[in-house]
Amino acid sequence: MTQVNATCPMTREQVVNQYFLEHRAKLLDIAAFLDRLDRTQGPGSADFRETAMKEAVRILIDGQPQRAKRVLDILSDSTTELPQSAHGMKGASGAVRPVAASTGGAK
Amino acid sequence: MRYIDPHIHMVSRTTDDYQRMAQSGCVAVTEPAFWAGFDRSSAQGFFDYFRQLTEYEPRRAALFGIRHFTWLCINPKEADDPAFAREVVSIIPEFLKCDTVLGIGEIGLNKNTRNELIILEEQIALAERYNQLVLVHTPHLEDKRKGTRLIMDALSASNIDPGKILIDHVEEHTVAEVLDRGFWAGMTLYPDTKMTPQRATDVIEMYGSERIWMNSAGDWGCSDPLAVPKARLEMTRRGHSMALVDKVTFDNPLSFLSQSPRFHL
Ligand SMILES: [Zn+2]
Repeated sequence: MTQVNATCPMTREQVVNQYFLEHRAKLLDIAAFLDRLDRTQGPGSADFRETAMKEAVRILIDGQPQRAKRVLDILSDSTTELPQSAHGMKGASGAVRPVAASTGGAK
Repeated sequence: MRYIDPHIHMVSRTTDDYQRMAQSGCVAVTEPAFWAGFDRSSAQGFFDYFRQLTEYEPRRAALFGIRHFTWLCINPKEADDPAFAREVVSIIPEFLKCDTVLGIGEIGLNKNTRNELIILEEQIALAERYNQLVLVHTPHLEDKRKGTRLIMDALSASNIDPGKILIDHVEEHTVAEVLDRGFWAGMTLYPDTKMTPQRATDVIEMYGSERIWMNSAGDWGCSDPLAVPKARLEMTRRGHSMALVDKVTFDNPLSFLSQSPRFHL
């Protein structure tokens, strides 16, 4: 049922004029975030969120439709098991945590 | 212009927010019962919260000409202990008699656990028994797609008409399934974890304007009680008709909510 062609009432030029600066700024935020990771102190390897983000970034330039949905799919839990209780579980982190991982984690 | 914010946690907002919302055209809000940012220590804590939702907030909203309606439940985050959750659920029926209560909500899942699912099913049964509308919370972030599917399966196993159920916090990866299965869909305009006005407008362009609404879910976290008028502005900036803008921010919530005889403007 998803309509992707010709559903936005604006022309391509109008969309660029209206949104380019906003998204240029967001693009620079991502670039600076990746730079900041490179500039960190001490030991540490890429955690699952970094890896997921880099995988998602590839979707942005693959030229295919439904990028937002596909990025969200990459960042979604695909398991089917249900734990009994949330007791002791970490909060959602925004990307799928590897099962054995025990470090890191946003609240 | 006038709009309805059908999902906002006014107990966490200041009276100034009511004033600014009224100035922006808000004529009604509906407030689902939810997590208050901390776990309540007793069922009595929920009893007091339900009194706040049914007695105090309607009066505070009325000062600014805004109608306040509410939904009651135990939220999934505090429903992981089934015995405690059942104690809370047992006090809901007496509040269902209040004339601003529209239904059961926001029920759903948080971490997609069996305990949460048991209490979700029991509250779906409660809604069915008392012929109530249902407002559904879906999990955030990586848990959303899995949780939304589990919730829809639990709802489909009941005899409640999907047209009387709104599944909230949809995003691009869940909206199609929600609409395809006959439910209503809510988009939450929330700065960090949910949708921007731009993306919500994109979704309407791609998935249509039937059975869909937008809300701010303004609460105790970083959120914006004026998110709905901002989304209206985004839609008009793109050249959408006022009829379409009004449909998703006024007519649609009015249609869904008016299925409860309690809802009126
Ligand atoms: Zn909420």
